[in-house]
Amino acid sequence: MEDNVIQVEHLTKKFGSFTAVDDITFEVRKGEIFGFLGANGAGKTTAMKMLTGLSFPTSGKGMVAGYDIWTQSELIKKNIGYMSQKFALYSDLTVRDNIGIFGGIYGMKRADVRRRATELMERLGFMSEKDVRVKELPQGWKQKLAFLVAVIHNPRILFLDEPTGGVDPAARRQFWELIYDVVDSGITAFVTTHYMDEAEYCSRISMMVDGRIEALGSPAELKSEFGAGSIADVFDILARGAKRSE
Amino acid sequence: MDSIVVRRLKKSYGRTLPPAVDLQEPFSVRQGELFGIIGPDGAGKTTLFRLLTTLVSPDEGTATVEGLDIVRDYRQLRTITGYMPGRFSLYPDLSVKENLTFFASVFGTDIKTNYHLIGDIYCRLEPFEDRKAGNLSGGMKQKLALCCTLIHSPRVLFLDEPTTGVDPSSRREFWETLARLKDTGMTIVVSTAYMDEADRCDRVAMMKSGRFLVTDSPAAIRGDFGRQLLAVRSDEMFRLLQDLRKMPQVDRCYTFGDTHHVVLNDGCKSAPEGIGRILEEEYGHKGVSVRVQPATLEDCYMNVGG
Repeated sequence: MEDNVIQVEHLTKKFGSFTAVDDITFEVRKGEIFGFLGANGAGKTTAMKMLTGLSFPTSGKGMVAGYDIWTQSELIKKNIGYMSQKFALYSDLTVRDNIGIFGGIYGMKRADVRRRATELMERLGFMSEKDVRVKELPQGWKQKLAFLVAVIHNPRILFLDEPTGGVDPAARRQFWELIYDVVDSGITAFVTTHYMDEAEYCSRISMMVDGRIEALGSPAELKSEFGAGSIADVFDILARGAKRSE
Repeated sequence: MDSIVVRRLKKSYGRTLPPAVDLQEPFSVRQGELFGIIGPDGAGKTTLFRLLTTLVSPDEGTATVEGLDIVRDYRQLRTITGYMPGRFSLYPDLSVKENLTFFASVFGTDIKTNYHLIGDIYCRLEPFEDRKAGNLSGGMKQKLALCCTLIHSPRVLFLDEPTTGVDPSSRREFWETLARLKDTGMTIVVSTAYMDEADRCDRVAMMKSGRFLVTDSPAAIRGDFGRQLLAVRSDEMFRLLQDLRKMPQVDRCYTFGDTHHVVLNDGCKSAPEGIGRILEEEYGHKGVSVRVQPATLEDCYMNVGG
């Protein structure tokens, strides 16, 4: 339990008669890259909203970053980072001011923001761009900055919701090296993706079908369990059993 | 017979900015061809689509689509092309059916006339006909957008990253639909960030900084790779990536699913066994496997234009 940064049991979310998330139980271990896979409409987004403190489950219980999803959702929000493909930055402000604002939102002291910002900017190669307005940055750099602000408060878990959607093969790989880098520094990553080659980069992955977690394990374990040559094949085998048409 | 003919085409969005599209070499797309465009963000893919669909005018040069000039004949041209932009652009407050009816009526047709083109996609939407488009899931929005793009039976179809955010099974279905449309003789130009999709095109253009770097069939592009490529694994994949990059024999190394792909330096004759032995003996890797890897389109992409 100590070593799990996410632990949920029988988590369920219903919208009227529709069960979006159906009794899922799983844990995410500290320091791993956890891939959260599933078809469109399988319930990934609904599950992530419960894990990030944005919505309450209908039933079930869970701890995220050491806090209870029922009673401590505000503390969860302070201790996680979140980035999606549609990230939001202040385009008229400089790189440094963006970092300052997000650090402030997380309640960090100015001196701490400055120290952490310098550390991250050096690590991600941002120092020469720190006074550039965000709107003047190329798209790849904006994405890198969005990643930086998502970890500015040194969260215990970083949630990445399809961070590489629509991104070209070279930029996708650069982004994954950023993920590896922060995981190396002790942050746990929780990632959704539709790129099955990226699933191979995860420590463990879960596959959601019709609101349930139908498979969970390391990529190698899942391939051997399903007698499949690749994670894409595992996905196909499971997706064929889906009843929901989204 | 050519469907799209470009001799030269240039478009800038500001004097100080480099041109978004700057095609200096002629190119054409044949009627009934499935033509893919790949390239990094900012390469000019979307601007090229907007030029060819008459939504922006070129600064220099011009092009024809089905014999119609993109500047002079824009009105006529709009009736025979279908454009599905990368961003969802249907009416979120209209229902599924209302959206489709609207787009059909704009083009002076109705759903029944061209139902054969959309039937296999639309049947999946029919149970949700009365739902507002804004309340559909990502995959359903994309299916509806394609239906609205096809409802006037266009002769040329432009699809800007149609499968972004779409799961692997739905992507495959989408491409099966494209294959069927191609069989009806429709010309299709599609951009994508997925190299497995680019591989399904008749020809692919790799675009960067407003230009086409390479235009050829996927097989020809793969065949022209011309470098020694290896697929390498060990029990510690992240350290392996860093170690491979330190080796003098290695030009480039990048992750590739459950292996790393390694491009060897030209003139480096190291056999796979040699690389494997160095990884074991000098870097202490265990569970090492090294094999010669035929280049995929993704490898070609990773190695074109830096």
